[in-house]
Amino acid sequence: MLERRKAIATLLAKRPGDLVIVSGLGSTTYDVASVGDDDRNFYLWGAMGGAAMVGLGVALAQPQRRVGVITGDGETLMGLGALATVAVQKPANLAIIVFDNGLYGETGSQASHTRGTVDLTKVAAACGIGFTMEVDDEAGFARLTGLLATFTQTLFARVAITPTEPPRVLPTRDGVALKLRFRKAVGVL
Amino acid sequence: MGSIELTTAEPAWPDQLFAVLKAANIRQVGYVPDAGHARLIERCAADSAIRDVVLTTEEEGIALAAGAWLGGQRSALLMQSSGVGNCINMLSLIKSCRFPLVLIVTMRGEWAEFNPWQVAMGSMVEPTLRLADVHCYRLEQAEDVADVAGAAIDLAFNGELAIALLLSQRLIGRKVWVK
Repeated sequence: MLERRKAIATLLAKRPGDLVIVSGLGSTTYDVASVGDDDRNFYLWGAMGGAAMVGLGVALAQPQRRVGVITGDGETLMGLGALATVAVQKPANLAIIVFDNGLYGETGSQASHTRGTVDLTKVAAACGIGFTMEVDDEAGFARLTGLLATFTQTLFARVAITPTEPPRVLPTRDGVALKLRFRKAVGVL
Repeated sequence: MGSIELTTAEPAWPDQLFAVLKAANIRQVGYVPDAGHARLIERCAADSAIRDVVLTTEEEGIALAAGAWLGGQRSALLMQSSGVGNCINMLSLIKSCRFPLVLIVTMRGEWAEFNPWQVAMGSMVEPTLRLADVHCYRLEQAEDVADVAGAAIDLAFNGELAIALLLSQRLIGRKVWVK
């Protein structure tokens, strides 16, 4: 298992210029912000279950860029159908990376379905997502970090993380500001 | 039992609606399959400049529309009235970030409805959308469809607002229940 903040720092240490990020509400938004704020980040502060689909919309509109959705197990579970929808579209430039600690950190660390019987990587594979991987150690994470700059088919990775709750790093909650700066950063405004 | 002669000629408004979407440069169309939208879905799927995205539930389409706009494309989302209920919390994304949004909703649960289960959500569509700050345009007459749709879609993208075109059940026509 990996520590979430160390993992996100590794993942984005050499962030390619073409990589835009959509983060799921809660801990993964704080994780992405902890590496440093960036106009190419679209942080969700709500819309639970929507991260993968926001990522799909961006990926279809910006085929020359890579899109990374970084979200949690609870957020993914709320929009499980999105994995089916993404799989059918086969976006070659969309990566969905799920930090899975098997719990709902925002609400008191109650167990999620992945603590029980649900295997998100198998769900993604069964939906037909092109490339799926399980990451639970440093070597696997190094491989995922490399792939994030080079992948050429829809990528789904479940990253097993330890159930820690590091200090929150809160980016702006102004949705209009986040939207406008993202659109400027990708050259559509 | 008396029989009612149903008109079999295909109505022109779905093709007019498609022409409006093309004129507005809509590039992504999310939808949950729906009989009332069958012709429009078929036209979108056949157009190489439009990416048609079949959804498992309508709320996915709200998030898709947000992503499309972030990436610089215009989108539209097609659904039946029951699907509006599936979108409620996801509409907070649209309101919080002031994303433009175009919903095209085929109404059920109103004119000549056979299935009472459709009435519950059908009767809540307009008040629900209004509470979510989605501007509703109800269409009853075929001859109004193109004009109203064009004007509402302009408002959505020029003003970065959320609009819904509600295609009334009378406009769509009776559903034939026993074949």
